[in-house]
Amino acid sequence: MLNNFRLPDFTIPAALTRLGNRLPQLPPTLALVTTLNLALGRMIPREPLEMLIGKRFTIRVLDAGMTLRFSYGERGFRPLFDASKPDLTISARTRDFIALLAREEDPDTLFFDRRLLMEGDTDLGLLVKNTLDGIELPRFDAARLSPQELLHRLRARLNPSHGI
Amino acid sequence: MSAPLELVCPAGGLPALKTAVDHGANCVYTGFRDATNARNFTGLNFDDASIKQGIAYAHQRGVKVLVALNTFPLTDNWLQWTAAVDKAAAFGVDAVILADPGLMEYARRNHPKLRLHLSVQGSATNYEAINFYHQHFGIQRAVLPRVLSMAQVEHVVKNTPVEIEVFGFGGLCVMVEGRCALSAYTTGTSPNCQGACSPGKAVRYEETPAGMETRLNGILIDRFGQGERAGYPTLCKGRFEVDDETYYAIEEPASLNTLELLPELMRIGVSAIKIEGRQRSPAYVTQVTRVWRDAIDTCRRDPEHFKPTAAWMAELNKVSEGKSATLGAYNRPWK
Ligand code: SF4
Repeated sequence: MLNNFRLPDFTIPAALTRLGNRLPQLPPTLALVTTLNLALGRMIPREPLEMLIGKRFTIRVLDAGMTLRFSYGERGFRPLFDASKPDLTISARTRDFIALLAREEDPDTLFFDRRLLMEGDTDLGLLVKNTLDGIELPRFDAARLSPQELLHRLRARLNPSHGI
Repeated sequence: MSAPLELVCPAGGLPALKTAVDHGANCVYTGFRDATNARNFTGLNFDDASIKQGIAYAHQRGVKVLVALNTFPLTDNWLQWTAAVDKAAAFGVDAVILADPGLMEYARRNHPKLRLHLSVQGSATNYEAINFYHQHFGIQRAVLPRVLSMAQVEHVVKNTPVEIEVFGFGGLCVMVEGRCALSAYTTGTSPNCQGACSPGKAVRYEETPAGMETRLNGILIDRFGQGERAGYPTLCKGRFEVDDETYYAIEEPASLNTLELLPELMRIGVSAIKIEGRQRSPAYVTQVTRVWRDAIDTCRRDPEHFKPTAAWMAELNKVSEGKSATLGAYNRPWK
């Protein structure tokens, strides 16, 4: 049944966006760079990323009010603490970032639809996109991120006898 | 009746190739990671290891792999192109898609068993040209430029022993395939020799209060207002000021979609339908391959009553460039 699952179209409410803006951005940035560093050399090949060395990136999750700044160097990804101009900024909503990760949406499709914006050095953006597209991912099941599924898993965790 | 219509799907990398195979492509077309093909974008395409894996994956499942070597070599880089032909032959691809006659001659002489397809970049629009390539280089299939009406396609099919492949879906060039100088004029890089129209290094997008602006080598080529659908950053699809009016002076961003012409394409004996988009992600390849497989199978069962479903059209419109889909030249009454 879940095979036909489609990520619903959702936008995080504006009130939460404003809250997100005021929260410290370091924890989510740390989570992101840690994940990326774990994948480096395993799922994400290092060699094609050489062009990224010394470059500064910003990811803006528009509806979550998050701005994640990080850079890439010889030793991998690390968070950035200053707001100086990045080489590449990628902006989209939470839902669309998830859909991209799940390979449910094509970035060009989102771009045509004005839901994904890549500002700065477009060639870096193409490299990132094409490198990610070339990776053979284990099946990422977007259905596991649906509200019902999350609720179900939360319930199961709170009430172990409910069991999975 | 002739052999069933083949569905030819694009792959810019291994995951795209696999998903095309899994969702019903009969052939997947690919390119090496260099200027020997017309989608030479940063990070795209196959290195030796991935193309070998791709060929093995496809062949195990009865699907053919084609390699596009469809750019034009120059005297100083000739050897890079011939090396690419040698490599494709050594890896056991099912055909190479060529545009340059010199390279065809090289392939014919050195790899007589290698099947040759004439690329759309070769710009052969009439059967005399196609038959010439057939007689001299043994071309077995030709991809028609997107400029012919249905009656003209039929005329070509009737007068050549060469299999005919047509574009069925995807982005449109301004229809001077293999001859466009617009990208070279603005960026110094051309699709014909360097394999990239509007290379990433020349493209800049910026969100401004007036809308999203696209610049090509610093030149503003379009500005999209809020909610307006965007297109690729190519000069042919820019908006320009002509006689005090700003509009799409060359071509509007639009996608070709010939789904409704399927029964006709089958009837006139077209051999294969090509889906554009090696630069796109695996998600696109999955969505488009699935729809076209379903449509071709449905049409083969009952061509008389074939009508594209709303769901197919919605799926294809969603992934299209620009705000409209067009039947292109196929549907024009004039020739
Ligand atoms: S500028 Fe337009 S017509 Fe010319 S090669 Fe690029 S996409 Fe095709």
